[in-house]
Amino acid sequence: MFDYTFQWRQAYRHLPRMLEGALVTLEIAVLSLIIGIVIAVLLAVARDSKSIWLRAPATAWVEVARNTPALFQIYMAHFGLGSFGIYLSPYVALLAGIAFNNAGYLCETFRGALRAIPETQTRAGRSLGMGQAQTFRLIVMPQMFRISFLPTTNQMVWAILMTSLGVTVGMATDLTGITQNLNARTFRTFELFAMAAVLYYLIAKAVMLAARLIAWRLFRY
Amino acid sequence: MIEIEKVYKSFGKLDVLKGVDLTVARGEVVSIIGGSGSGKSTLLTCINGLEPIQSGRILIDGTDVHARSTDLNKLRRKVGIVFQQFNAFPHLTVLDNVTLAPRKVLGMSRAEAEEIAVKQLRHVGLADKLKVYPSRLSGGQQQRMAIARALAMSPQYMLFDEVTSALDPLLVGEVLDTLKMLAEEGMTMICVTHEMTFARDVSQRVAFFHQGILAEIGPPDQIFGAPQHPETQKFLSNVR
Amino acid sequence: MFETAMTWNDLMFMLRGAGVTLWITAIAVAGGTALGIVFGVARSALSPWVTWPLAFVLDVLRSVPLLIQLVLANSFQAIAGLGWSPFVTSCVVLALYTAALCTEVVRGAILSVPETTRRAARSLGMTWAQDQTQIVFPMALRVGLPSWINLTLGVMKDSALVLWLGIIELLRASQILVTRLQEPMFILLVAGAIYFLISFPVARFGERLEKRWRAHD
Repeated sequence: MFDYTFQWRQAYRHLPRMLEGALVTLEIAVLSLIIGIVIAVLLAVARDSKSIWLRAPATAWVEVARNTPALFQIYMAHFGLGSFGIYLSPYVALLAGIAFNNAGYLCETFRGALRAIPETQTRAGRSLGMGQAQTFRLIVMPQMFRISFLPTTNQMVWAILMTSLGVTVGMATDLTGITQNLNARTFRTFELFAMAAVLYYLIAKAVMLAARLIAWRLFRY
Repeated sequence: MIEIEKVYKSFGKLDVLKGVDLTVARGEVVSIIGGSGSGKSTLLTCINGLEPIQSGRILIDGTDVHARSTDLNKLRRKVGIVFQQFNAFPHLTVLDNVTLAPRKVLGMSRAEAEEIAVKQLRHVGLADKLKVYPSRLSGGQQQRMAIARALAMSPQYMLFDEVTSALDPLLVGEVLDTLKMLAEEGMTMICVTHEMTFARDVSQRVAFFHQGILAEIGPPDQIFGAPQHPETQKFLSNVR
Repeated sequence: MFETAMTWNDLMFMLRGAGVTLWITAIAVAGGTALGIVFGVARSALSPWVTWPLAFVLDVLRSVPLLIQLVLANSFQAIAGLGWSPFVTSCVVLALYTAALCTEVVRGAILSVPETTRRAARSLGMTWAQDQTQIVFPMALRVGLPSWINLTLGVMKDSALVLWLGIIELLRASQILVTRLQEPMFILLVAGAIYFLISFPVARFGERLEKRWRAHD
């Protein structure tokens, strides 16, 4: 057993390149979360609307996002759209796939939060002369974000984990992509991927910490 | 002037208001009393258009509240309402609770809105709580904040829907004092209330509601001293 | 809707892939759940001072992408000369990953049983084991089962990643067909539909279970 010499120093030399990749990973995760949140709010409103033309597509989005693999969703963006002559770069396909997934899950999170906000809050807003949209934006939405902050943070961590799937559609600049490229050149698979694992763990912890700071700063009530 | 004419209102099969007529003049304070389920709170939410009505009409200074052409958001600036639940906006400080509507609805600058808000909050005795979040306030303080929030829109009419019902007995007094002060300043008010002493001392007229009908209305002396309607007599003998 | 060159044989090929997906999921969930229950009970019964190494390892398993874990495990088994097939490696990794998630489900469910209820049980003279099996387990099951169903579906969807080790499961089978037939949208839609047909009814069942049990509280 263990007829193998670990060469950590050789792998360690690649750390700067991998850190660059980590930044790209973080960038995709953050962008996908922001896009996901915006779409999720629209989906949440649409899913509870009276019009079937809004409700049906929103429901379809949510159910597909939640009942198929994230990797499938990324494949759809990358290979599937090719049938329509749309060719997304790995970066865009990865971002689109994760944002699609985030939106579906966050929509349900937001809907749960909306149900927890008493109807009387809307009444109070309306009775002060605010319009429906204004009341939603100024009174309901801030409370919704607060209630769903923890699940949203979890979704952010999942988004980071999902970015690693990009390598399967040829993504080469994120942490997994760079690690895989270095691996193809040097064959130090275990050392390189172990380092990537440590970096992913640290990113996840940093995100949790940042979320806690944001929550502390934002939600003082 | 608020004119309520033959208003019918039902929730599904349940008839809540069955032909209510009531006129409230400028500067008048009218208290509405009655058992639970008599429709008195529903009437208030119909007056500012939060609830639709099935027939009849409600006019505020001649504007039909439930007409399609009426801009309710505009109309509601004129009519403030305070609810039984305090409905504080939990994510905003006391000051921001009060400045929100003046800024976003009336388009005031932050400075203008804050000047008005501070004035109203001082009025209700909360000048030292400006930067505090509602969760740190007692029920009575939250309710006074809700009153200041409504007043900051400079309404011409104020509706109070059992504003002391959700309060600890010890905190009822401070809120009633605020209402009394408003009444003395000449605000036009409709108060749905269970506080009979308040109804007698502060209002010009007292209306008794029973099962969706305005059973009896008159000056406090008459309602409390010599009620005509048998249901009024029964109700008053029970609350005493 | 589509002119397609896809044949019944191709569809069978995909369904066999789906079989592999389900098979890996079943093994991973069975192993992961067994481990998860042991870890979850340990984490809720023992002091955090004792269980922190376990908690740390499980946290790492939850915070590192599954793809990285698969590559690492595969390379490790080669280095260690274990001679595991990609299938075995995949099952082991997915089982450990499941265990990490399942531990949290079990722990959350156990913690949801009020301390007062347990005290009442103990004050009736029940032993720790009796309390666990007669009181805590039935109550925790109601809280935990819906989450566990979601967890199982999550593992089923995440199992697509084992294609990276060369296992021909549903998504990899589709990809092979896409390369051959050049009809990416149609074939992927079929694959998506298969995933959906597996996941959606189960998810619905879980939701209904959750709703019904909550209504009875």
